[in-house]
Amino acid sequence: MIELENRFDTATEFQAMAERVLEAAKAKGATAAELDIDKGTGLSVEVRMGQVDKLQYHRDQGINITVYFGHRKGFASTGDFSRQAVEDTLDAACRIARYTSEDEFNGLADPEQMATVFPKLDLYHPWELDAEMAVEMALQAESVAREHDQRITNSEGASVDSYAGLSLYANSHEFMGIRHSTRHSLSCAVVAQDGDSMQRDYWYSVSRVPGYLDSADTVGAEAAQRALRRLHARSLSTREAPVLFSPQMARGLMGSLVGAISGGSQYRKASFLLNSLGQQVFPEFVHLYEDPFIRQGLGSRSYDGEGVATRQRDIVKDGVIQDYFLGSYSARKLGMKSTGSASGASNLLLADTGVSFVDLLQQMGTGLLVTELIGHGINSITGDYSRGAVGYWVEDGMIVHPVEEVTIAGNLKDMFRGIVGIGDDVDERGSIRTGSVLIDKMTIAGQ
Amino acid sequence: MKQAIELARETFLTSTGLSDQHLEQVFSHLLRQDTTLADLYFQSARYESWGLEEGIIKSGSYSIEQGVGVRAVCGEQTGFAYSGEISLPALLESARAASAISRAGQSGSVNAWKVNAPSRALYGMDDPLASLSESDKIAFLQQIDSIARATSPYVQQVMANMVAVHEIILIVDESGRMTADVRPLVRTNVSVIVERNGQTESATAGGGGRFNLDFFTNGNKAQEYAEEAVRKALINLDAEAAPAGSMTVVLGNGWPGVLLHEAIGHGLEGDFNRKGTSAFAGRIGEQVAAKGITVVDDGTLSQRRGSLSVDDEGTETQCTTLIEDGILKGYLFDRQNAALMNTRSTGNGRRQSYAHLPMPRMTNTYMQAGNYAAEEIIASVDKGIYAVNFSGGQVDITSGKFVFSASEAYVIENGKLGKPLKNATLIGNGPDVLTRVSMVGNDLQLDTGIGVCGKDGQSVPVGVGQPTLRVDGLTVGGTATA
Repeated sequence: MIELENRFDTATEFQAMAERVLEAAKAKGATAAELDIDKGTGLSVEVRMGQVDKLQYHRDQGINITVYFGHRKGFASTGDFSRQAVEDTLDAACRIARYTSEDEFNGLADPEQMATVFPKLDLYHPWELDAEMAVEMALQAESVAREHDQRITNSEGASVDSYAGLSLYANSHEFMGIRHSTRHSLSCAVVAQDGDSMQRDYWYSVSRVPGYLDSADTVGAEAAQRALRRLHARSLSTREAPVLFSPQMARGLMGSLVGAISGGSQYRKASFLLNSLGQQVFPEFVHLYEDPFIRQGLGSRSYDGEGVATRQRDIVKDGVIQDYFLGSYSARKLGMKSTGSASGASNLLLADTGVSFVDLLQQMGTGLLVTELIGHGINSITGDYSRGAVGYWVEDGMIVHPVEEVTIAGNLKDMFRGIVGIGDDVDERGSIRTGSVLIDKMTIAGQ
Repeated sequence: MKQAIELARETFLTSTGLSDQHLEQVFSHLLRQDTTLADLYFQSARYESWGLEEGIIKSGSYSIEQGVGVRAVCGEQTGFAYSGEISLPALLESARAASAISRAGQSGSVNAWKVNAPSRALYGMDDPLASLSESDKIAFLQQIDSIARATSPYVQQVMANMVAVHEIILIVDESGRMTADVRPLVRTNVSVIVERNGQTESATAGGGGRFNLDFFTNGNKAQEYAEEAVRKALINLDAEAAPAGSMTVVLGNGWPGVLLHEAIGHGLEGDFNRKGTSAFAGRIGEQVAAKGITVVDDGTLSQRRGSLSVDDEGTETQCTTLIEDGILKGYLFDRQNAALMNTRSTGNGRRQSYAHLPMPRMTNTYMQAGNYAAEEIIASVDKGIYAVNFSGGQVDITSGKFVFSASEAYVIENGKLGKPLKNATLIGNGPDVLTRVSMVGNDLQLDTGIGVCGKDGQSVPVGVGQPTLRVDGLTVGGTATA
């Protein structure tokens, strides 16, 4: 079983450690302090070509300490939990704070914003798993994939991972929060070959609850189908066309939105959506909702990395930006309040427009369905977007052939405004949950 | 001065009470009849960083990462466990966990230790964190800020950071070989945001390597990095939409060598080729580049960011020829993949930390110089683009398709440089892109020491380099289709 041994005792130890550090920080003259302590244990098993490839046991721990001397701030961390090491780490943080500058916006989050209620998020579900069972499951996924079609000629393997962790956050406002969580996954990557064409693809399932993982058969078959579908992909001639982002790729579009309306890029004036609060950024039908309280959700949390209570809220309503993602520092810089986003967005849900994936293909008519993107060609300041794409050319709503070695380019502002449909084919495997997203027009560059 | 091995033994053994007999005990738990390779990787790394923003030192951090990774390999199979605690019980527990990869009986032990001292030191052992006083570190960052702001009235934000790392490593393997390495690594990054008439752009510059922080102060790097970042950002303010489609591309020297890293280097890593999942698998001896092109991976360059005296398995690094005169010559190997392909490690077994498994990784990857002057190459192009700076790339190993994103590029028309172009991603096919190289410059240059390579979730520092190149037919992912 992959579980933290004596996790409640460990939590008690961590509490004592936190109290000790906070007291010691005060004794050293710090006016405020905060820290987090993490510990985790895990197993990952990888199989390849029908035999065990890697068996890895994870055991991680760390403590991060931040101290404030007035408005000066220092940070230090270590993985060594001995009393001496923790004391040295606190000293290091204090030393750092002697050299950083006075910054009136520095400090803990406001005390009245600390979380006081802790809804049950149900994030801890250890897996009754040992290495042998994990190997068996991974082997099953891989063999289903390899036996799926004779063109599946090679494999990068299948893996099963299970991780259980405990993390504590405390600060000198006397806030202390402890979170126990688990995360399990099953994945498979295979290579399809036909003549000169060789393509790899993968599929995975992830959940906080082992029982909710897709079966090895499902994951293996999907991985095989995805690799096969890519065989004999070819480039396109350069053109303009609508682009349909698969749910996995649409997630990245929402990620770019989060970055653009986060405090750091707003106060630095480094965003293509600068001062966009109350602005129409999307068509009217677009609605994006943040829900930190989804039970067993991968992004669920009742407080952020500063102890600030999270809340359910609209991020985009009727296409208009309703709220930013702010931690306490950027909130103060902007003259606003923290939105409980010191650790980024929690769970984000993009509402569909009542259409299925097939409807979207029909709506697109002729265009590019994108299933994978490579490279980092996003300029977060101008919104200019240019990335390598893999997918399928679609004509009259029907997939015609797989595509590779093309780029898609545009500007995120135009792309957001140009959304014409959002599918109900939601991918729930991440903290950003969205279906496929259809964009009216982008530039496709090819041969 | 102390040798690396003495410092490492003191750090990991003497101070933790571990003796050679204890190590023997660990290996006797780790080794089985079918074990082909096993090692203990002790690591202690200290990191310090300082960050300036809005003219003030906004952040400073210090951290210590210490632990030991225990690995047992039986042919293709690997067992691995690690611990942040360096003690006999923790080592024994890790050894038992890692050895579970084998079902064979216990066998043998290691009882003859031999020190493996690298024949040459590529960098000093000094602690770079202590190589400059705190006030000098801060003054350097402030100097960057004031130079950047003085360079142009359009500069709105300057962010600069300085990072120093000091690592001590001890590798003990199944043959009783003990290898130590002490590794300094420093880096400075500058990022500026400029605004003119409501239009905003940004750019970065920086450098570093395996030396002390006085490299930055003595070399007047504050001025070099600040002016370079501002120059690039201002150029982007004037940029026009990049073209879309296949065209002639001239790549500048130095950092654009990221092309080689993505298009060639990853595809030649031994693990993908042993498994047959790389587009380059089984192609040794074939022509994969135009005649005259030679590409190497060289871990032996003094003080470079990607260099290592020994890799993370204790193998001395070397200069490995990947492509010679256009012909594919070799792959990059760690110990495990080399053994499985009946060859020797090329000293490319690298890992992010004790908590990660080693795998074949690049060091400094570059192309040897040719005969053309850069001006000649540009003058030879009727219509195309000249791309001189990039912001990173990615590759699909199996299909061979790779991208890299230009962050500074210009139009070439009738052999002359024209207007700057907006950022655009370039895409190509690794196994044939170098066959389309029609001119190689005489201006080989390595990057300034800022490269980070990610593979399988592990990051390691690397270097790249190349002379100016003309590539006939690379797809440019702009928006201008006319």
